Amino acid sequence: MNLTQYIVFAVIKIALLLFILLTAVAYIVLMERKVIARMQNRWGPNRVGPFGLLQPLADGIKFILKEDIVPDNVYKPLYIAAPMIALVLSLLSISLIPFGGAWNVGGYHVPLETTAFWTGTGIQDINIGLLIILGITSIGVYGVALSGWSSNSKYSLLGSLRASAQLISYELALGLSLVGVLLLAGSLSLRQIVDAQAGSILRWNFFGGFQFIAFFIYIMAAYAETNRIPFDLPEAETELVAGYHTEYSAMKFAMFFMAEYCNMVTVGCLATLLFFGGWHSPLEGLNIPVPGIWLVISPLFWFFIKVFFFIFLYIWIRGTLPRFRYDQLMAFGWKFLLPLAIANIVVTSLVLALRP
Amino acid sequence: MLHTILFLIFGGICVAGALNFLLQRHPVNSALSLIVVMGSLALLFLLLGAEFVAAVQVIVYAGAVMVLFVFVIMLLNAGEEERTRGNKVALSLGVPGLVVFFGLMCWTLSAAHSQLGRLQIGDYYVPTTDLGIALFREFLLPFEVTSVLILIAIMGAVVLARREQQ
Repeated sequence: MNLTQYIVFAVIKIALLLFILLTAVAYIVLMERKVIARMQNRWGPNRVGPFGLLQPLADGIKFILKEDIVPDNVYKPLYIAAPMIALVLSLLSISLIPFGGAWNVGGYHVPLETTAFWTGTGIQDINIGLLIILGITSIGVYGVALSGWSSNSKYSLLGSLRASAQLISYELALGLSLVGVLLLAGSLSLRQIVDAQAGSILRWNFFGGFQFIAFFIYIMAAYAETNRIPFDLPEAETELVAGYHTEYSAMKFAMFFMAEYCNMVTVGCLATLLFFGGWHSPLEGLNIPVPGIWLVISPLFWFFIKVFFFIFLYIWIRGTLPRFRYDQLMAFGWKFLLPLAIANIVVTSLVLALRP
Repeated sequence: MLHTILFLIFGGICVAGALNFLLQRHPVNSALSLIVVMGSLALLFLLLGAEFVAAVQVIVYAGAVMVLFVFVIMLLNAGEEERTRGNKVALSLGVPGLVVFFGLMCWTLSAAHSQLGRLQIGDYYVPTTDLGIALFREFLLPFEVTSVLILIAIMGAVVLARREQQ
């Protein structure tokens, strides 16, 4: 493989990822509206196209055609940059996710992730992928924080203050909850973490690795990081109008929206990779005879089924739980999740050290 | 070759960010240029093959410390700072001092230039496992002492914050 082929593969992967991800985001929004509606005993959007399936298209046209209002007293450079920062960082972090093993395309070994190195002879994945994703998540605060500050509105400012404090607090629990998985896999590479869980469902970190406490810490901290119910205080609509994006309209608002849903997809992907065996089938090791073509599709199928479940979980929880009070949120993060995460590290490393 | 080009790019961004940090009048702009400095420092670490240090630089400094800075600036709603005409003592001592410092640095580097080797990407690659083994075997005591130091600093901050409340 030479440099030209590497660049061609990279461009194809970027285009595919953008197309699939943005379509998925549009339809996740539709799914959320439909599922929430059914949970509340109503129909949800069903007028545009059959079953409302063209609703995302109509929403997209509305976002593009709407007047892009920039309020008078905003600090313009940051007001315009903030939604871009949010969207770019969320796309960056999802580009590091391996969506399956590797494919052989025309004799070339192509790993199924968008960001990968060119070693001079082939494509190699990044071996500190998890750390880079954590780094990008920790910078992701700036999109929210700067948008609220530059909007020059008290609701936005309060929203962004809440967001920065919340994101810093929950990042600790998020990072520490992953240490158990790292200890089990002995690597920071997402691909190697998944490979360590291959073989059977009992080798998945959630079951065989006894990381279910870490998983629940991770999922709660990640919900706080993505500003979703029950942690959606930065945009609490009953208190702050819409929080940090109150003053945004049209495409700039849509960028925040897309960033939030991309982050949801990333969280689902990471939960799948780290705790639920990634693209490995739960039926592995049972020796069920399958047709050859299934072996090619199977990794992608299982990966997307698992990610779909996590996205459904987001919606399910949104339909179920009320919002935290702010002091409860802080106490929950610092006094419950953080000590629990540290205890999980201690127990996991003790078991690993004492195991023969 | 590539190493030199990348070093010049990120070193340049780093210095430009640091200068912008001093020249900007609004604290938020200064804080943002400091984030740029942190980010380009992380990339310089990465160029030297220290991938873990680079990631931690982004997570801790660009992510956590600077978010706190921005948080405080937003919370206090700090306005634009005023410009003065400068301190005459600082000007008369600082400029010659700066010239002497840069002259000394250039002289030392050019004197040692013949003994310095060439660096290429991947020459000093340190995997995270090696770093962990070094930290927890050879440098265990300094590592633990540093963590105790940070713990004391945290406790000091808590004590100070409590006293103010009463």
